[in-house]
Amino acid sequence: MGDLHRTPLFDLHVELGAKMVPFAGYEMPVQYPLGVMKEHLHTRAAAGLFDVSHMGQVILRGDSYDAVATAFETLVPMDVLGLGQRRQRYGLFTNEAGGIDDDLMFANRGDHLFVVVNAACKDADIARMKAALEPGVTVEVIADRALIALQGPAAEAALARLNPAVAEMSFMDVATVDLNGSECWVSRSGYTGEDGYEISVPANEAEGLSRALLAMGEVEAIGLGARDSLRLEGGLCLYGNDIDTGTSPIEAALTWAIQKVRRPGGDRAGGYPGASRIAGDFAEGVARKRVGLAPEGRAPMRAGTELFAAETGGDPIGTVTSGGFGPTLGAPVAMGYVGSAQAAVGTTVYGEVRGKRLPVTVAKMPLVPANFKR
Amino acid sequence: MKFTEEHEWLRVEGDVVVVGITAHASEQLGDVVFIELPETGTEVTKDEEVCVIESVKAASDILAPIDGEIVEVNEPLADDPGKVNEDPMGDAWFFKIKAADASQMDDYMDEAAYNDFIG
Repeated sequence: MGDLHRTPLFDLHVELGAKMVPFAGYEMPVQYPLGVMKEHLHTRAAAGLFDVSHMGQVILRGDSYDAVATAFETLVPMDVLGLGQRRQRYGLFTNEAGGIDDDLMFANRGDHLFVVVNAACKDADIARMKAALEPGVTVEVIADRALIALQGPAAEAALARLNPAVAEMSFMDVATVDLNGSECWVSRSGYTGEDGYEISVPANEAEGLSRALLAMGEVEAIGLGARDSLRLEGGLCLYGNDIDTGTSPIEAALTWAIQKVRRPGGDRAGGYPGASRIAGDFAEGVARKRVGLAPEGRAPMRAGTELFAAETGGDPIGTVTSGGFGPTLGAPVAMGYVGSAQAAVGTTVYGEVRGKRLPVTVAKMPLVPANFKR
Repeated sequence: MKFTEEHEWLRVEGDVVVVGITAHASEQLGDVVFIELPETGTEVTKDEEVCVIESVKAASDILAPIDGEIVEVNEPLADDPGKVNEDPMGDAWFFKIKAADASQMDDYMDEAAYNDFIG
């Protein structure tokens, strides 16, 4: 694995017996000796610790938060200006065609905006922000911090042992908190459908904090394999699979992420890349939609499986974009795009697996209900 | 017991060969979540795909190790695919095949050779 980057937790992963694989230019743990299935179930039952240090952390600063937010709104169709202090929001970088170039999290940390982007897209995202925002806004890449996530119903009890203040945070709150002697930037969020925290910690203190958490009975190290099945059950998009440069936010069923103030008719409507296409989607609807899919049998329907309206004949009406086995459901689970005519919950479509068309029901997302602390 | 390069184990019981996958293969696959077994009575030829096994990671095929007829399949395994991880060399056999040409078994490795093969 020649030119791959390593996160500050690489040695710990190896010590824990992780199977390391290349992912987005990094050597990452896909699973530990527990295995994907048990890691997944453990996260839903107790707490799982994930290394997500491969993701990009960026701070945007300007004359004021409002100045930064106003500038950032030219890149994303989200309400950045109206985001409260110490609050985080999900966002999308759109392109001129109204497609999605990446998804991200951004937080109002008082005098600056803290942005977390996907590993595979981070170089392009940073270049985009620099080109669009500098010199009025400075784009500072945070390379000396690790990012870990603690997820699951026992995450609060575990993390509160290190600092009780985290228990007071609500879903999507952010705070600067001392954990294990380290200054951590904590958000109450994650990407598993569970309650939990994402923690930015100085790189050289990440292993100590991780060991302190792993020493707790309810915490296990969890790899990318279980992270994928957890987010899939949680109805959460994997950039590059479920959303990409060719999918609009409306097609992707991410309309909720575009606040009213940025939609057509809103006070700050438009003004971001692809706004006219997306306004058109709002007005006229879309021809295809991302939906949850529950295959009826036991056979997993993987990404790339073609979907049909009928058991025989006809052209494909869509494609599975993520699919596998859902350990919490004890059944296969998938998501994908279907024609708007098939997008209603309860519709039966057919996925072609090894030459056979197998029934799959369009299902309400998330397939496993979220367990957030609102 | 004999072993194939496809990580199957073959146990001869009279004129019938019982087929499963090795502990090494089950570890490599990870948690098995789905198995599609062949139909009893199917005539198969060597290297034909007769069975699909899917783990949390990916789908793979089980090949017929020899020519013959599938005379029995392990039906309960389809409802409890995780058995392949728990007991790959025992209860988690896949199917039994009646050999058309028993000499085809001579091509396969013994346990020592298989252990060398997987290193």
